[in-house]
Amino acid sequence: MLDVLRKYWRRQRLDVALTMLGLGIVLLVVVMAVAAPLLAPYNPVVSVDDSLLPPSPKHPMGTDSLGRDVYSRVLYGARIVLIVVLASTSVSLLVGSTLGLISGYFGGAVDRVLSVVMDSIYAFPGLILAIAVAAMLGPGVLNTVISISVVYIPTYFRMVRGHVLSVKGRLFVEAAKALGASDWTVMTRYVLPNVLVTIPVVFSMNVADAVLTEAALSFLGLGVPAPTPDWGFDLKNGQRNLLSGYWWPALWPGFFITLLALGFSLVGEGLNELVGGEA
Amino acid sequence: MASLRAYILARVLLTIPMVLILLTIVFFIMRVLPGNPVLAMVGMKASEEQIKMLERELGLDKPLWQQYLDYLWGLLHGDLGRSMIWGRRPVLQEIWDHFPATVELAVAGFTVSVLLGLVTGAVAAVKRGTLVDAALRVWGILAYALFIPLLGMFFQLVFGVWLHWFPVAGRKNPLIDVPRVTGFYIIDSILAGNPWGVADALWHLALPSLTLGIVLSGIYTRLVRTSMLQVLGEDFVRALRARGIPEDRILFGHVLKNAFIPVLTMMGLQFALLLAGAVLTETTFSWPGLGTFLVERIEYRDYTTVQGTIVFYALLVSTVSLVVDVVYAYIDPRIRY
Repeated sequence: MLDVLRKYWRRQRLDVALTMLGLGIVLLVVVMAVAAPLLAPYNPVVSVDDSLLPPSPKHPMGTDSLGRDVYSRVLYGARIVLIVVLASTSVSLLVGSTLGLISGYFGGAVDRVLSVVMDSIYAFPGLILAIAVAAMLGPGVLNTVISISVVYIPTYFRMVRGHVLSVKGRLFVEAAKALGASDWTVMTRYVLPNVLVTIPVVFSMNVADAVLTEAALSFLGLGVPAPTPDWGFDLKNGQRNLLSGYWWPALWPGFFITLLALGFSLVGEGLNELVGGEA
Repeated sequence: MASLRAYILARVLLTIPMVLILLTIVFFIMRVLPGNPVLAMVGMKASEEQIKMLERELGLDKPLWQQYLDYLWGLLHGDLGRSMIWGRRPVLQEIWDHFPATVELAVAGFTVSVLLGLVTGAVAAVKRGTLVDAALRVWGILAYALFIPLLGMFFQLVFGVWLHWFPVAGRKNPLIDVPRVTGFYIIDSILAGNPWGVADALWHLALPSLTLGIVLSGIYTRLVRTSMLQVLGEDFVRALRARGIPEDRILFGHVLKNAFIPVLTMMGLQFALLLAGAVLTETTFSWPGLGTFLVERIEYRDYTTVQGTIVFYALLVSTVSLVVDVVYAYIDPRIRY
């Protein structure tokens, strides 16, 4: 393992640097989220000073139109994004992979129906699907998680199903079956481990995408209700002031949305190179 | 030609279940998920009588299976119902009012993304392994991670608020009056022989299309680079070099042309992303297209219009993917087999 890493390092310095940068960004946001109460100088949901004060030592990112400290809101905003995004992509991963495994392994009519359904959802613009679900469910953390997870189930379904199909015909699976292993044993012991390798790559790319979808939903007013600090919502909320030249209440949270998405993308890219560009 | 016809027929037949499934999913989302549209519409204070009447009007008092059949039957006749607010216009008519704005933005954004992707990808391939290549690779990843409203607002701040070069909202100057024929301001202005109208429309289109185009260009940058490097390694390129053909002509005449085929495939796949990106671009720039319309009607809880617009998106995606596949089959015979 170490040898592989060393060889990889020698050949792909840029890849390693970018992966490290990505990990650093993700780590930074995780620290922001976890340590928000320690790092935030003010209460994020109450007015603490005059409105629209420019960035200063007292308010590192300025104050918003209601006199709230933007820096404190950005710190607490990291919590919502991470919770919603990791919860929804985990649900997609579990549901999508399970369905993909069953569908690919057993084949038949169930496989055909599931595949057509998943392909149809996959072809539909993800954000618009999430908007439709969120609009009917109404605002709230759990509802946002559901809306986003629906969008990404097909991603895992397709990946796992494809892998299962390619592994299914291989000799070691045939051998296990010939030795009398049950379907359950074959699936969990022989097929699944071979599929698991590519999941981290797809997962981190997927999280990057989900960060943007979560931000989009809250930007459109379909996410977590105010006054909870939320990057996408604060970006939208700050637009009116931005058009009068007060850019800080909008651009700071917006910057962190892109930074976090970039972080997860870089990690995904790096992992992809590491496993040999399979995904 | 017989095989092309067979392919088209098979592809059309494949579209039917896809459309049906999408329509069923939309029905499921709108009618089966929790959340009472009627109560949301008339408010909590409505009388029993009002609620009953509205439910009857929307057909919500019937059993679910019958609602489903009514819904499909209506769609088959091009009936998306009527809006619940302001003048109660047919939903389809309202959609057509807003659709041209989205098409205008999508076409412009798409053009920007492909041009930008071709240039950056080609440069990265030619300068392979240099600092420029590395920088463009990072750019490709960054462009994809850019949040559309953030980039849009950044442009609004710099080119609108600070420099006053471009307008930050809307599709046109209200003082320029061009009669509506197609709904596409650029085309309508040309039809009316009004060069100011064309200039004004393009001027308003600049920031939104640049925003959408930049975000979507990342994938093309990467794709063009990879496929150009692949083509550069092929035998025919070595043969051309051996014959002394100038490098410029090899690159732009032969390599870029061959490298373009995977880009063409990606364009079809990108359509869904283009539509989703347009929703965010429109809401950022108050662009009166389908996306702004959808979000606005969600706020007003105009239930039939929201359903109709989502159905319209579903039909649009299915149709475009059908057309794209058929066009590819026509261009590239290998796909048919």
